[in-house]
Amino acid sequence: MLESFIQLPFLRNAFLTGILVGFIAPLLGTFIVVRRLSLIADALSHVTLSGIAFGLMLDKKLGGVAITPFYTGIGFSVLGSIFIEQLRRVYKSYQELAIPIILSAGVGLSVIFISIANGFNQNLFNYLFGSVVAVSSTDLWTILFIAIAVTILIVIFYKELFMLSFDEEHAVVSGIHARRIHFLFIVLTALVIAASIRIVGVLLVSALMTLPVAASIRIAKGFKQTIMYSILFGEASVLIGQIAGYYFEIPPGGTIVLTAVLILIGTIGFKRLKKRSSYKKVMS
Amino acid sequence: MTSPILNIKNLSYAYEDREVLEDIHFTIQPGRFVGLVGPNGSGKTTLIKLILGLIKHKRGDIELFGTPIEKFKDWDRIGFVSQKANSFNTGFPATVFEVVSMGLTSKVGYLHFFRKKHKEKIKEAIDLVGMSEYMHKNVGDLSGGQQQRVFIARALVSEPDFLILDEPTVGVDAENVERFYNMLADLNRNKGITLLFVTHDIGTMTSYATDIACLNKHIHFHGDPSSFEQMNEKDLSNIYGHPVQVVTHDH
Repeated sequence: MLESFIQLPFLRNAFLTGILVGFIAPLLGTFIVVRRLSLIADALSHVTLSGIAFGLMLDKKLGGVAITPFYTGIGFSVLGSIFIEQLRRVYKSYQELAIPIILSAGVGLSVIFISIANGFNQNLFNYLFGSVVAVSSTDLWTILFIAIAVTILIVIFYKELFMLSFDEEHAVVSGIHARRIHFLFIVLTALVIAASIRIVGVLLVSALMTLPVAASIRIAKGFKQTIMYSILFGEASVLIGQIAGYYFEIPPGGTIVLTAVLILIGTIGFKRLKKRSSYKKVMS
Repeated sequence: MTSPILNIKNLSYAYEDREVLEDIHFTIQPGRFVGLVGPNGSGKTTLIKLILGLIKHKRGDIELFGTPIEKFKDWDRIGFVSQKANSFNTGFPATVFEVVSMGLTSKVGYLHFFRKKHKEKIKEAIDLVGMSEYMHKNVGDLSGGQQQRVFIARALVSEPDFLILDEPTVGVDAENVERFYNMLADLNRNKGITLLFVTHDIGTMTSYATDIACLNKHIHFHGDPSSFEQMNEKDLSNIYGHPVQVVTHDH
């Protein structure tokens, strides 16, 4: 069964994409979680959906256009991230308000584009819940490019991103260009979300960015270790989830996220056991 | 003559229509340990925010190391410890080492990585505040006093000439507050770091600081602690707007 992942080209594409996404989603997710911005991932994934729906509509109405829904999705996601930043500046004391505004605008646009494109079809279903077969070679190359760019930028700006996440005021006092770094961060988030949607789907992409981190935070010491465990859990979820999805013929989004949930429950249980055993040691 | 560390002239500031600072004149010379005291709502935190450039002033002048604040670039010469240490996200997964490393981020600069000499400096700063054994523990797992020492180390690691502390002892227990003041006095005497310490705890301040400044919208007093203590309670009560008794701690 496993060899079909290596031999069949369409499965191999999905498998490789999964490995890339399992790496970048928790990598960026760690910054998102510690900044308490988990919901931004949700808002952006819905904006990406409207971009995908826009692409599907173009495809339907114009037929055979050069831009596939995947790329219109990336475009909308990046635009959405810029809008969130603007809104957060407009509503300084209600910064979280940007999230429901962008999320509902995304869903609203999606509904309109989808109905113009004559409604629901299999293609859209793949975008909502992920797919093990929907990844073309061009998509794979694009996602590889995104993954490399995101990783390099995070390595280069790691110390600034870390500082901004921990204490924005202190970062500003020290002369860090908080706005520019934050802008970079939100655009990277948009790119990672658009890339991840191929595998886990619109509805579950934020889960892949947050669940591995939620598990990691329970057991890690320090920020770097949190990132490493998050990636480890993210990769495990994607690989196990993809194989299970293929085997049971379920969209992989569901199996990937459930694997991540199981890992999360596992780490919570592990922490409890550890606490109890150290308590026993003290008592005896 | 070396220029003063901080020189404020004619500074006023208002939030919308409520004036919080009025016609402030305030100078700090190198090597001083200045205690800035004043009641709640007297504009202490606003003044600090203005000095740090977190909010922009509209009237008056602020000079840092002889440079007008609008043109000031050497922010790593200034260390800042806020009262935030007891309100930061304690669930944040960062070790003591990682937190202190942030103090060097802007000094190391964009597109550069921490090198061995930077890591040595980070370790030295952690050692200076006596937190070496907790180097690889998460800050969230430490006590309030220990966290505050970590934040001091973060401010010290870039070897600032001027350290600003905004009520850093809030949430630190009495015994550690004493150690904390001693550590600061030591930094001031032996490392020559100029200190601006904002607090509402007048009594403790007078036994450590070289200067006391009393703020309530205006700077009402700026001088040495003994003449501050000689100010009669009536004057002080006028500044505070309610009866005040200064309890001094003799050492």
